[in-house]
Amino acid sequence: MESLFLLIPISLVIIGIAVWLFFRMSDSGQFDDMTGPAHAILMDDDRPAPQAPADPESKLRQPPED
Amino acid sequence: MNAGPQDAGARLQDRVVCFHCGQAVDAPGRWRTPVDGEDREMCCAGCQAVAQAIVAAGLDDYYRHRSAPAAGPEAVPAELAALQVFDAPEVQARFVRGGGEDLETTLMLDGLRCGACVWLIERSLAAVPGVTAASVNFATERAVVRWDPARTRLSALLSRIAAVGYRAMPFDAQQREAQLARATKTLFRRLFVAGIGMMQVMMYAFPVYTAEAGDIDWSFEHAMRWASLVLTLPVVLYSAQPFFAGALSDLRARSLGMDVPVAIGVGTAFAASAWATVAGRGEVYFDSVTMFVFLLLGARYLEWIARRRASRAIDAVSAALPEQVERLSPERAATVDDRAADPARLAAIPTETVPALRLAPGDLVMVGNGARIPADGRIVAGSTAIDQSLLTGESIPVPRTVGDELAGGSINAGSPIYLRVLRSRADSALSTIERLIERAALEKPAIAELADRVAAWFVVALLLFATGVLLFWWAVDAPRALPIAIAVLVVSCPCALSLATPAALAASTGAITRRGILLARGRALETMATCTDVVFDKTGTLTEGRPRLVDTETFRDLDADAALALAAAMESGSAHPLAAALVQAAAARTPAAAPREAPTASAIVVHPGLGVEAVVAGRALRLGARRFAVADGDVDPGSATDRAPDSVIDRSPAGDGAAVARPGGEGSEVWLADAQGPLARFALVDALRADGAACVRSLQQSGLRVHLLSGDRQEAVAALAAQLQMTSWRAGASPADKLAQVRALQAQGRRVLMVGDGINDAPVLAAADASLAVGHATALARTAADTVLLSDRLAMIPELLAIARRTRVVIRQNLTWASLYNAVAIPAAAAGYVPPWLAAIGMSLSSLLVVGNALRLRLPARMAADAPPTAEAPAAVPHDTAPPDRASR
Repeated sequence: MESLFLLIPISLVIIGIAVWLFFRMSDSGQFDDMTGPAHAILMDDDRPAPQAPADPESKLRQPPED
Repeated sequence: MNAGPQDAGARLQDRVVCFHCGQAVDAPGRWRTPVDGEDREMCCAGCQAVAQAIVAAGLDDYYRHRSAPAAGPEAVPAELAALQVFDAPEVQARFVRGGGEDLETTLMLDGLRCGACVWLIERSLAAVPGVTAASVNFATERAVVRWDPARTRLSALLSRIAAVGYRAMPFDAQQREAQLARATKTLFRRLFVAGIGMMQVMMYAFPVYTAEAGDIDWSFEHAMRWASLVLTLPVVLYSAQPFFAGALSDLRARSLGMDVPVAIGVGTAFAASAWATVAGRGEVYFDSVTMFVFLLLGARYLEWIARRRASRAIDAVSAALPEQVERLSPERAATVDDRAADPARLAAIPTETVPALRLAPGDLVMVGNGARIPADGRIVAGSTAIDQSLLTGESIPVPRTVGDELAGGSINAGSPIYLRVLRSRADSALSTIERLIERAALEKPAIAELADRVAAWFVVALLLFATGVLLFWWAVDAPRALPIAIAVLVVSCPCALSLATPAALAASTGAITRRGILLARGRALETMATCTDVVFDKTGTLTEGRPRLVDTETFRDLDADAALALAAAMESGSAHPLAAALVQAAAARTPAAAPREAPTASAIVVHPGLGVEAVVAGRALRLGARRFAVADGDVDPGSATDRAPDSVIDRSPAGDGAAVARPGGEGSEVWLADAQGPLARFALVDALRADGAACVRSLQQSGLRVHLLSGDRQEAVAALAAQLQMTSWRAGASPADKLAQVRALQAQGRRVLMVGDGINDAPVLAAADASLAVGHATALARTAADTVLLSDRLAMIPELLAIARRTRVVIRQNLTWASLYNAVAIPAAAAGYVPPWLAAIGMSLSSLLVVGNALRLRLPARMAADAPPTAEAPAAVPHDTAPPDRASR
């Protein structure tokens, strides 16, 4: 039971570390947007960019069959 | 004095002076703000904040044109110094409306916690001499203040708000967003600290609760108490800080908000526990304290998120105008003829990027694909589709072409267009909408005012009661006295009481705004819920208000297109609806690509009430009423006899009387003739709006009596009433007749909702219990109605009434719940049945229930927005490439 005298301070230290970590994460903006990243993972952004980025309409003008 | 003010910061070599106020800077490099592309030294955080606000608002001209530095911190206390810049007229121009003895502005508030704060700020502002009206909207965290500049100043009002513990700044959408994000983050951190503290303290408390007496050695329990104390300390000092700060400012303002009992409860429980820990005897309540703080913060966090969501629809309006625009060089733009602008020539004109704030009427701007329309304007070149969903709630883009007026804030969903700015930003349709929304916020439903007053007294009564309970239990059972008194303080929920109405109103206002209905008066929803009768005006309300050409009959050798071209030439200068319809029909028939070969008319003579006479291509022509255009006896045999002159009814506000003839049937006829006889007959009809019938039917089905009052002819009104299956209708009614009719209904004890076009019906709209204008965004400023339908979807009217009724139900449920809860929970706590931690759960749940119930009002709105499945599907644009305004929201 005497180990409690060691374990209680350790638990306090661990909590301190947890809070410190959370504050750092919060500063880095991880919690600013809770929904966006969930959708972002579904987006294919590793495909090459379209040829004519200057003309945003080109995408819409493609025939719908393909 | 001869050096420019820009040099103020650099002029003195030996010491640096503040760029904003001109005072010496003690710590160079500590406060800096970029102004005019250079980092400027500031003397203090106050000056820095003001300078940032000025630059962010695009008002850096202030520094270029000012003749003296702003008031410095020595003249007045630091915070006031920062506020006094808002008294400068050039700074006020951005956000203060009105003039003379009545100025009005919108302030954004920081630090609102519950309904009592609203009450406190309103009361302190109203106490300032010279303030004529002050209203705080809890959902949007904004205050609208009206004051007399001769008797008080804006800075005095701002410092008055600061004195009672809140921060107020003139409203600026971007700054507002940053402020909200900061507040969310801080609140989340406090919640996290309270949560982890609560869990660990519970870990230490649990063994003591479960163990038999004597199982745990006192030395271990003592160690765990100390550990709990260490963990509770940050929870009380950091997480619970908003409650203490709130209570303090409440006390300083000599009023009692709901933070006072909470702060007393947390403070006493913690102090008693800490004393017990240090002294080594007595009970500890660390677990209750941490849990209480966590649950309260959790409720506050969820409520905060819900409120942000509810206010987003309203914030969307004010954030809708873009910051930067592409303006064509003004000298060259002035020479462009709006009627015959050549896109290729326009493209050759150099453009410059300017803040949208600086746009003035007459400027020519280029609006690219996906960009926001920066100001109200008319298309000069280009055809496109415009997404007006922000204004009308309608997500399908509508086609617009040269000559059409666009309202600022809508999105150009098609090809680039050139736009001639018609109105400055302050007069734009969007600003008007914003102002109407704010005016609506000035008026609180009577029930909300009552709830606020009750909540304030409730806290006083509660504190007295808790003291009484403490004294009673002290005498009966001393060790239980403190936890019971704390439970009484904690379990009571004045917040739910004062939240009940504002939360419901905020949610329903958001839902209504998203449907394209503008709430211009705060009390409209309350009265609308009780309406028993709906009175419709005909022209422009149930019908489109614009006659359209449905049939052309020609005589002799003329073909229809040529006849129309002749008529259009004669009417091209007229603003009359029938004339406009002819011109529009002619334009639609002429192939756009073909060069214009339209005939031109000369020697135009307008005969008011009859028609127009002109010479076209060498021929003397007459256009208008049949008896005017066609000489008597020379009429084609099949048609009816001539109408008497009194059948000519000109209801158009801009009517010049030209070409009005309404012989028989449902529509109007216009005749074209020359000296030899009739050349053509044009039949025009003012058609029923697409969803007019559905709207009337749905209103009738929900048990409302529907009436039709029109100034139009008997036949037209009867036909429409028959088509809509309306039994109560009246034709030929003058505005005075309509007024009398509405009054008569009211005298029978009916509550009347008047639906009109908002401008011609102003007296009737004002007399009715509630009113709705079916208008165009551009005519908003003149509207007299409580609510305005910004789109032309009449189907929204039954929905609006349904929302109004549901809002009333929700408010009643909320108030009933809050009263019941308090009536049961407080006596139970006083009797000792409720431990403090359970009290915290009860109170949090009660608040959440009220907010959650209010949020139900938003639910169908989402379903309605998704209803037209084809609306968004064709574009099939992934979220991240959608127009920026959508992606960011």
